[in-house]
Amino acid sequence: MKLTLYIWRQKNSSTKGSFERFQMDDVSPDMSFLEMLDVLNEKLLVEGKEPVAFDHDCREGICGACSLVINGQAHGPMERTTACQLHMRKFNDGDTIYIEPWRAKAFPVVKDLIVDRSAFDRIIQAGGYISVPTGSAPEANNIPISKDDADLAMDAAACIGCGACVAACPNGSAMLFTAAKVSHLAILPQGAPERHRRVKAMIERMDSEGFGGCTNHGECQKACPKGISIKFISLMNREYIKANLASLARDKGEVTAQ
Amino acid sequence: MELNSKIPEGPIQEKWDRHRFEMKLVNPANKRKYTIIVIGTGLAGASAAASFAELGYNVKSFCFQDSPRRAHSIAAQGGINAAKNYQNDGDSIWRLFYDTVKGGDYRAREANVYRLAQISVNIIDQCVAQGVPFAREYGGVLSNRSFGGAQVSRTFYARGQTGQQLLLGCYSALSRQIEAGKVKMYPYTEMLDVVIVDGHAKGIVTRNLRTGKIESHAGDAVVLATGGYSNVFFLSTNAMGCNVTASWRAYKRGAGFANPCFTQIHPTCIPVSGDHQSKLTLMSESLRNDGRIWVPKKKGDTRAPTEIPEEERDYYLERRYPSFGNLVPRDVASRAAKERCDAGYGVGPGGLGVYLDFSDAIKRLGRQVIEDRYGNLFEMYERITGENPYETPMRIFPAPHYTMGGLWVDYNLMTTVPGLYAIGEANFSDHGANRLGASALMQGLADGYFVIPYTIGDYLAGVAPGSVDTSHSAFSDAEREVKQKIEKLLSINGKASIDSIHKQLGRLLWDKCGMSRNAEGLKEALSKIPEIRERFWREVSVPGSGEDLNQALEKAGRVADFLEFAEIMCHDALSREESCGAHFREEYQTEDGEALRNDNDYCYGAVWEFKGDNQQPVMHKEPFTFEYIPLKQRNYK
Repeated sequence: MKLTLYIWRQKNSSTKGSFERFQMDDVSPDMSFLEMLDVLNEKLLVEGKEPVAFDHDCREGICGACSLVINGQAHGPMERTTACQLHMRKFNDGDTIYIEPWRAKAFPVVKDLIVDRSAFDRIIQAGGYISVPTGSAPEANNIPISKDDADLAMDAAACIGCGACVAACPNGSAMLFTAAKVSHLAILPQGAPERHRRVKAMIERMDSEGFGGCTNHGECQKACPKGISIKFISLMNREYIKANLASLARDKGEVTAQ
Repeated sequence: MELNSKIPEGPIQEKWDRHRFEMKLVNPANKRKYTIIVIGTGLAGASAAASFAELGYNVKSFCFQDSPRRAHSIAAQGGINAAKNYQNDGDSIWRLFYDTVKGGDYRAREANVYRLAQISVNIIDQCVAQGVPFAREYGGVLSNRSFGGAQVSRTFYARGQTGQQLLLGCYSALSRQIEAGKVKMYPYTEMLDVVIVDGHAKGIVTRNLRTGKIESHAGDAVVLATGGYSNVFFLSTNAMGCNVTASWRAYKRGAGFANPCFTQIHPTCIPVSGDHQSKLTLMSESLRNDGRIWVPKKKGDTRAPTEIPEEERDYYLERRYPSFGNLVPRDVASRAAKERCDAGYGVGPGGLGVYLDFSDAIKRLGRQVIEDRYGNLFEMYERITGENPYETPMRIFPAPHYTMGGLWVDYNLMTTVPGLYAIGEANFSDHGANRLGASALMQGLADGYFVIPYTIGDYLAGVAPGSVDTSHSAFSDAEREVKQKIEKLLSINGKASIDSIHKQLGRLLWDKCGMSRNAEGLKEALSKIPEIRERFWREVSVPGSGEDLNQALEKAGRVADFLEFAEIMCHDALSREESCGAHFREEYQTEDGEALRNDNDYCYGAVWEFKGDNQQPVMHKEPFTFEYIPLKQRNYK
């Protein structure tokens, strides 16, 4: 296959970037999208030019490192597929492909196609955990959990933290990412003791990192390579309201349990 | 080099309990005076860092990825073993111990393996409490499945994403400690040297992969949780960034490297599709529970698999190993596939593949059950190959996947350098010559959550906290060496790509030191590796600068270390004149082609000591004694 690529090149976060055009003459349909970029980079290396910087690691769709906007779509045209699992047989001979980094205020460009997603780590640090120090766990089967709940928690926990949801959202919102973690832990009984504190802390951190708000476009769900549903955003909103009602009640001196 | 394994006295069931009592403790008020450096944030590294911080130590945690959540443990699919015996099918700590020693072909240390089996049950408790959403039954209890090399169901799993869920559990515990200020996290930071002062590990030198800045970090102990070296083969199932650099630098600073030739070739991976291939994709071994492996009975049969009638198929694992069938251990399954392909019965491009067929299971259980069990794996297969495994059998072929060899450690997980530890895949201790499925996650978490938090205290109690800081000349010396190497790489200005040289090394090792080895081939590899290494240092192209994000430079540094490391792998394979587990020497096999061990002469761990660049390394031996599990020929028939 012959392809024309327009790839975003940017030296660092403080310089302006622009598209650079590359012609690819011998692309095999069996290549993955990233292997196609490997071939380009090999060529650039041998010519002594700087290869295109892009994030990638496992190339199995699970580590969440790869982060390319391909022809305007986060992770490209194939549903529920990361860029690393996208194969060139999805494209046609003669196609022109635009490749850009995630674009969001909270994800500044580091270089070329690499962005800084550390804001996601900080959202988790704010409360995306169950406080159970090593050694203090009860026997595992002492906590029975219905299969439906376990499956639902797993649906939310499948998030790979790639940031496609933010890249796809017109507001640059991280609601789907945050909701996935809040929901995973709220659905399970182990997560109950900290549920109110957790949802408030994580949402507060999310807002302070510069992510936008949710206006129900639903683009995040469409772009998510793990198919995480926006119903978890509703669940998080309910959790948030409950948490705030509970603190209001406590402030008024009412005696309530969760 | 002195190898003292420090195995505690007493009956094997009591060793760990007794040892925990006998080890020195660090007073809670003193723990905050100590700093522990942890490299790597996979299952072992993240669980260790979080557990140290919970105990009150200060922790500096490093990973080369942009976030600790992306460490390669995340890609483990199948599951984690534990001797819970929830299925009432005869499992016990003793049976897990036995299966692991036998599965490793009697080349592991009994006391370590027993401890691993003991601790396995605590791991599941810890993970469930953290919110790991393991698969469950309708009654709300945990579900199990069986895995290769075992006849009981002891594997816990979270769909085909068990590694991801366990890692996110560790990552959440680590994140809590980062927020609490007990762990200082350094993402996109690669360790490039370990610093030894008066014989003790006292810190590291790192490179910030975004800014290129070279920095020193001092600590009271250094823990390497830096994974395995399968990427020495270029093509493996490891993530692109996995490398041997941290372990190799430790080796060059005096840590013994044990059994480097024990490399696991996983039987169920998607075959290579062309020269552009950058990595290989594993299909979980759990597929062998319901899939049947076969090749055509006729050589070079080009019919579509669905058109080959039942009687013209050779289900060679079921034929050769009737009692374990498709569930034989990985080394056995991989070699059997290679044997069929070498004999001309392979399928797909180049005849390098065998079928993994689900049609019987779909007939027996229905498509829905198969979809529930393996849906995400089937989808992944279809995305990569463009073929639908519900309708046509998968094609699979073995690929490098895991390395049992690693830095030598004693019972406390300390290397031969005091204060320098190795945990998880980076050490050599528990899997012998072959690892069983679902045991890597178990070992990583056992080391990180439940072993090293105790054993490190025993060492720290004997050293004064903060005795060395980065103003010590050992740090500036190490920094200078690191900078010189970077400058050297950037000044070659050759015309060869890094990958082309890495591929050349990988192909050589795959041919000569892969699934089967012989003396002649290993000697040939040993003569060729220095040539490839010289070509690298003469011809490689590493553009850009060291003071910037430079992925070519990162890669070149890792390949340079692989080019040195490959030699001890071949030396090790050449010196071990027997076949055991994943190490198959063609000269040593039984009449029907099974691995033939030599317990009289080779029942030891081979530990290599660095003697200088371009010097022959020296091998030391840790003899393995089997007091509880009598040595016998493995038999899966």
